[in-house]
Amino acid sequence: TSCLPRASRTPRQARPRVRGGTTKYTLLSFLPKNLFEQFHRLANVYFVFIALLNFVPAVNAFQPGLALAPVLFILAVTAFKDLWEDYSRHRSDHEINHLGCLVFSREEKQYVNRFWKEIRVGDFVRLRCNEIIPADILLLSSSDPDGLCHIETANLDGETNLKRRQVVRGFSELVSEFNPLTFTSVIECEKPNNDLTRFHGCITHNNGKKAGLYKENLLLRGCTIRNTEAVVGIVIYAGHETKALLNNSGPRYKRSQLERQMNCDVLWCVLLLVCMSLFSAVGHGLWVWRYQEKRSLFDVPESDGTSLSPVTAAVYSFLTMIIVLQVLIPISLYVSIEIVKVCQVYFINQDMELYDEETDSQLQCRALNITEDLGQIQYIFSDKTGTLTENKMVFRRCTVSGIEYSHDANAQRLARYQEADSEEEEAVPRGGSLPQRGSIGSHQSIRIMHRSQSTKSHRRTGSRMLGRSLGHTLPSASIFLQEKDITPDPKLFEKVSECDRCLAIARHQEHPLAHLSPELSDVFDFFIALTICNTVVVTSPDQPRQKASSGPAPAIASNGYSSGAASWAPENTAKEQELELEQEQERELRYEAESPDEAALVYAARAYNCTLVDRLHDQVSVELPHLGRLTFELLHTLGFDSIRKRMSVVIRHPLTDEINVYTKGADSVVMDLLLPCSSGIQHQKKIRSKTQNYLNLYAVEGLRTLCIAKRVLSEEEYACWLQSHLEAESSLDNREELLFQSAIRLETNLHLLGATGIEDRLQDGVPETIAKLRQAGLQIWVLTGDKQETAINIAYACKLLDHDEEVITLNAESQVCSPLSAPEKNTDNVSVGFSPLCLPSTSTNSGPSPSLVIDGRSLAYALEKNLEDKFLFLAKQCRSVLCCRSTPLQKSMVVKLVRSKLKAMTLAIGDGANDVSMIQVADVGVGISGQEGMQAVMASDFAVPRFRYLERLLIVHGHWCYSRLANMVLYFFYKNTMFVGLLFWFQFYCGFSASAMIDQWYLIFFNLLFSSLPQLVTGVLDKDVPADVLLTEPQLYKSGQNMEEYRPRAFWLNMADAAFQSLVCFFIPYLAYYDSDTDMFTWGTPITAIALFTFLLHLGIETKTWVTSGFSILLFFTVALIYNASCATCYPPSNPYWTMQTLLGDPVFYLTCLIAPVAALLPRLFFKAMQGSLFPTQLQLGRQLAKMSPKTVTAPKETFAQGHLPEEPRTESSEKRSIRTSGSLSQDCTLQASWHVQQPACSPEARGEPNVVDMNLPLRENILLEGLSSQAPGPSMPREAILEGCPGDSKMKSTSTSRAAPLSSIFNLSNFSSFNWISPLSLVSGLGSVLQFSRSSLQMDKRDSEFLPSPPQPDQDLCGLSGQTTDYF
Amino acid sequence: MTWSATARGAHQPDNTAFTQQRLPAWQPLLSASIALPLFFCAGLAFIGLGLGLFYSSNGIKELEYDYTGNPGTGNCSVCALADQGRAPPIRCSCAWYFSLPELFPGPVYLYYELTNFYQNNRRYGVSRDDSQLSGLPSALRHPANECAPYQRRATGLPIAPCGAIANSLFNDTFSLWHQRRPGEPYVEVPLERTGIAWWTDCHVKFRNPPLVNGSLALAFRGTAPPPNWHRPVYELSPDPNNTGFINQDFVVWMRTAALPTFRKLYARIRQGNYSAGLPRGAYRVNITYNYPVRAFGGHKRIVFSNISWMGGKNPFLGIAYLVVGSLCILMGFVMLVVYIRYQDQNDEEEDEE
Repeated sequence: TSCLPRASRTPRQARPRVRGGTTKYTLLSFLPKNLFEQFHRLANVYFVFIALLNFVPAVNAFQPGLALAPVLFILAVTAFKDLWEDYSRHRSDHEINHLGCLVFSREEKQYVNRFWKEIRVGDFVRLRCNEIIPADILLLSSSDPDGLCHIETANLDGETNLKRRQVVRGFSELVSEFNPLTFTSVIECEKPNNDLTRFHGCITHNNGKKAGLYKENLLLRGCTIRNTEAVVGIVIYAGHETKALLNNSGPRYKRSQLERQMNCDVLWCVLLLVCMSLFSAVGHGLWVWRYQEKRSLFDVPESDGTSLSPVTAAVYSFLTMIIVLQVLIPISLYVSIEIVKVCQVYFINQDMELYDEETDSQLQCRALNITEDLGQIQYIFSDKTGTLTENKMVFRRCTVSGIEYSHDANAQRLARYQEADSEEEEAVPRGGSLPQRGSIGSHQSIRIMHRSQSTKSHRRTGSRMLGRSLGHTLPSASIFLQEKDITPDPKLFEKVSECDRCLAIARHQEHPLAHLSPELSDVFDFFIALTICNTVVVTSPDQPRQKASSGPAPAIASNGYSSGAASWAPENTAKEQELELEQEQERELRYEAESPDEAALVYAARAYNCTLVDRLHDQVSVELPHLGRLTFELLHTLGFDSIRKRMSVVIRHPLTDEINVYTKGADSVVMDLLLPCSSGIQHQKKIRSKTQNYLNLYAVEGLRTLCIAKRVLSEEEYACWLQSHLEAESSLDNREELLFQSAIRLETNLHLLGATGIEDRLQDGVPETIAKLRQAGLQIWVLTGDKQETAINIAYACKLLDHDEEVITLNAESQVCSPLSAPEKNTDNVSVGFSPLCLPSTSTNSGPSPSLVIDGRSLAYALEKNLEDKFLFLAKQCRSVLCCRSTPLQKSMVVKLVRSKLKAMTLAIGDGANDVSMIQVADVGVGISGQEGMQAVMASDFAVPRFRYLERLLIVHGHWCYSRLANMVLYFFYKNTMFVGLLFWFQFYCGFSASAMIDQWYLIFFNLLFSSLPQLVTGVLDKDVPADVLLTEPQLYKSGQNMEEYRPRAFWLNMADAAFQSLVCFFIPYLAYYDSDTDMFTWGTPITAIALFTFLLHLGIETKTWVTSGFSILLFFTVALIYNASCATCYPPSNPYWTMQTLLGDPVFYLTCLIAPVAALLPRLFFKAMQGSLFPTQLQLGRQLAKMSPKTVTAPKETFAQGHLPEEPRTESSEKRSIRTSGSLSQDCTLQASWHVQQPACSPEARGEPNVVDMNLPLRENILLEGLSSQAPGPSMPREAILEGCPGDSKMKSTSTSRAAPLSSIFNLSNFSSFNWISPLSLVSGLGSVLQFSRSSLQMDKRDSEFLPSPPQPDQDLCGLSGQTTDYF
Repeated sequence: MTWSATARGAHQPDNTAFTQQRLPAWQPLLSASIALPLFFCAGLAFIGLGLGLFYSSNGIKELEYDYTGNPGTGNCSVCALADQGRAPPIRCSCAWYFSLPELFPGPVYLYYELTNFYQNNRRYGVSRDDSQLSGLPSALRHPANECAPYQRRATGLPIAPCGAIANSLFNDTFSLWHQRRPGEPYVEVPLERTGIAWWTDCHVKFRNPPLVNGSLALAFRGTAPPPNWHRPVYELSPDPNNTGFINQDFVVWMRTAALPTFRKLYARIRQGNYSAGLPRGAYRVNITYNYPVRAFGGHKRIVFSNISWMGGKNPFLGIAYLVVGSLCILMGFVMLVVYIRYQDQNDEEEDEE
């Protein structure tokens, strides 16, 4: 990043102001600029070109001015839309620009009130508490004695917790008030960019000293100053250069799949147009050549009397034909689509069902033009935390020093409230079933009480929910139950108080901790770590943060940050402050944490009377009952990051005066950083393995686990580390990398204290939603950063995994070769082979397919170029895929892989910053406006308040949007082709001279005026299937996935139908008026009318709900009558005076208008009707269902399901046949999968012997047959046989699945592979066969053979094996 | 506290039928059961209508004669030979004799029909100036550019009426003679040459320029007739109400035909003894053969026709209705079969359940 000297002492040079805002246009620049932008669209250029062509006399077809009209109309509509958008931006800008703030004026030598728009870079700005920051400002001075300032970034990222900002180094030491006049330093900083989380720069003081500038020094525009009385800063970026505005890119422009397909078809239309014109041109050339020598009376020579050469005539005719047939390229298509999409977005926004009352937020459509993509999604990639779950953490269990404290009382209490709540729920009938798993419980029931306890009582949410709960008959106590209220485990509580007492006694002795048993000291440290190892900010709820910005100082000073500079708070005497501080302690404390699990831990510690009371920049105060307030000197905080997956604090212990490091982090990383076992005592080793067991247990329960560890640093060690750390901190470039290294140096040789289990509850309605989405044919992949066991359990809880189905687990255990450290080494060594999964018939069968669980490391292998196809092949067969421990990058890579390789429509949903990349990569990104800020929402196309709204968004709105738009686009093509067809057929009777029997007005305005409205109405309002049916029958969604409504075949069928209809509509009037005295336009007008009738009737056939359509007929006749009566001589050459009026008196007109549309639509109607009764599509069945009385909507589900599967039974039966013919049931349909791994050479487990592990899995024939026989009607012979043959199997399945986690650990221990392949059933045989066969098969399988025919295993063997292997569990 | 429970959120959508997409709508379901009656009804109605149309079309009598004069097709071949495609052609006369065994019911219309004549070709169709034809004096002197090359004479005089359409005005004339009994002299049948054009055309669209000193000829002074014309426009007819731009032959001609085969009304026969139609007897049509069509392969015909409520003779519409009606019935039967089978199947399935 190049540094750019920006603000310096020389104040006013060309520096951007805050003003300017977001508007694109000025009054003057609007027209040229907007036109320029519009002409970026190729279609517009084309239409203008056509219109201009009309100005050439030799080729013109219409009156030039008239031809320009539609183009101008379209341009004007778009321009008006742009203007309106810009105007609304301008208005909001104006408001913002005229906000006031205090800016230092050099002339007046004091702060004066100025508008925001007058702030320039280099200005000194003084901000008071609760003021909004007008620009990106470098903090130079704060009323806080420590030079701190708190800001709330909710406007920017939606996070409501307070963030701390620091005065620039070198200014914090100032004793007196900061005086801008004496500011002489030079500031260098990077160019304006949109990275909110990064800022680099340096400041050079006039004494030559340099200091770095970091994001901790920067106050970002749009944030609000909190808890700090006043700050002064210098403006670094103003106006458009502020990070907030650079981030504000507005709605994104994406092009939907449908539109891409449509553009392709538009090209076809262009080709068709050119072909027609060419044909016509050649025809005209021949015609001219034929007649020009004949001195025919209708031949018009050139103006100089010579006759036109055929070639010239052909060229002219070509151009004229292009003008005449321009209707084929629908000029109004793009505008209509825009209009329809805007309306669709409006309806989605307005849907009551997508409105979340608790947060008062509705669904936001941020991308305006991909609504129809919602109806075509095939893969959903979901984050887990915060998306499927609430991301509201509740402390559930913990283990300290190897002893588990199950907190049963807490669990019981939670369960009690659940029960109370579920009774409530039963009173209100709900559609879905509650999740069955007891340990996790019915999650939606927790919601109410849980939300009512929102810690943020200042939010409307809290009060709303409070009011709501009061309406219920719940015990009033539960209303105030909070996630922070934890019933302590009595045993642990006893221990805590014991060591508290001991310490209180031993306090003044030399080594107070030495008096404690190791266990007690661990307990003590554990809670200290819980309390201080975080970034929680303490506030108190009685002190609402929203205060009038003009609020005077006294109220503010009580926030714990006593104002040091007397000049800022003169009224506040020190005494008063102390008094208030004391009062504050009695008040309830509120903790504001960046991540909810931090707060949960602090609340948990408080339940054990270890209360965090105050956190300052350099000290943390903890209140203990006997010890009183302990103040820890906070030396360093090494913040959490997703690579290290841990955070640490370095403190000086007030009791021992030792320097301690407390680390809190994911168990996978922390366990690896512990003091090496060999050097540790046996006790410690035991603790570690016990803790690991408990961690596994927690994970099985679906709890989020964190390990707490501690390290005692000697002074020398600390000094040594400090030096390097300071270097890292002050280095200008590469600072992050150095700090990372420094943190890694500190966080080693840790002493394990314990671990915690935090519950993250499932969101309301998640299992039901997932079930529905599944039924809708959507593949759901969960990509989470969480650990495998937790993820699997959440997956079970939300019905993503089923206990009956098998789970394939891919775990890479070799750590050294993890792609992070040595990506290049393993690329060649690892080969993973999936055999083509059994017979082709099994891969397409409808039996339960397995689920795949893969962890981050394996994912890294699987995403490599040579393996990704195989990975996808496997993943495609799986019902659901779970990627655990995946990094944000991996998430996006997975999405990208599926998107590009499978050519599937993908949707990514997530709520946090780690999902942003995935959201951006997917076709449709959905953000959940939840707990973790707004980054995901900012990156998304749609923002929903909760996961469950996805169901309605996709299944109802997505389907509607897709079907509406698809039908509209098809109809557009049909309409234009049909209309142009009429003109084209006429060319055969007018010497291909490009004349049109349809009046130019009709020709030009037909699309725009007469026929556009009905289809717009249809496009906006048509509902092919009502919402309730769509929701009860989610499989209707598949029509969108398969692009049933708009696919190439449909397009060409449509075009063919259009050609047929135009033939009928042309030749019926032709024959009816043949050999008569009709004139051109008296004949053309009926054709126009016929075309209009045909269009409307066609639309009527296609439309599923008729709202309106007679209107446009009325419009046509009104316009035609007025137009034909308006001027006798005005519109050469057609001159349609009184044509319509005459026609209305002509019975033949009516007769043709009746017969032609009917004849034209007869085949379509017949086909539709036949199809409706013979091969009804799912959608038609759905419609039939809707037609039945609403009360029976759910009842005829069976008949429905049966009717719509005309093909599946066939495949099933054929498959069944193939199985029967194959004789031995068990062997032939064995699903064989082999998974070869050549262990990387760099792996520590690498052995001398060949280490190719091959697992042959005779897989799930039972399940398959079970599924088959249950589905295929008729006698199910094989089913019983199998069940009898292998009675142990079904039992096996359940046990093995529920124990997936221990199994994997068994595998880890057995340690024979860097990959494990676990599946509940296959494991039975897999384990057995591997253990028995692996050694023998190793030798022969050394080469890269990808597929090894598995030795056929008879069923009996399998059963025997299963009997043996049960011992393993 | 309670207020918050009832108060609406700021973002809560409106609960109206429109925003919630609950507008009432008719939802037809296209399936055999609904389509069946539709098809049968439509089919029956169409067949009925078709029969009516066919019958009434058959009631229309038509008599036509091709007088192009291709060799061996009558006495007009002399004229045709003489013509040789020259324009302007030499004056020539020929006649067509026919006899009616019975009354040709009236009112009888006399049409001339041209084939292979592309009045609808684009460059021809635009070659006119409607403002000139509406009698605008300025346009009379300054014809529109669309008229080129028939805009001005080589001498610079503006052509009135300008343009290719006017230039190619059909200029054969017909007179009809009737011989009641053989041996009797032919009596001229009065042909009504007015009322053959649209009323709006000769009264609104086409106007003569304002008379100068009460004379139409003076009004047209300074203009030249189109090159093919033998006489100026104000001498098209001796009848002062039917000459100039409002001459009905001219007006009819200027309404360009839609298709290359077309007929145009020449006269109506409804006067005197012939108001009821043409009585039986021998007839002679005297033709002044001027219009050269053989050069481009065209044909000229003369047509006597009477009309019904639905206009001239056209069996097509009746046939079309009959065909479409039968198709509807046929499809209806097919669907009936399908419907019955489908219904059976459904019943079976239900039975199985």
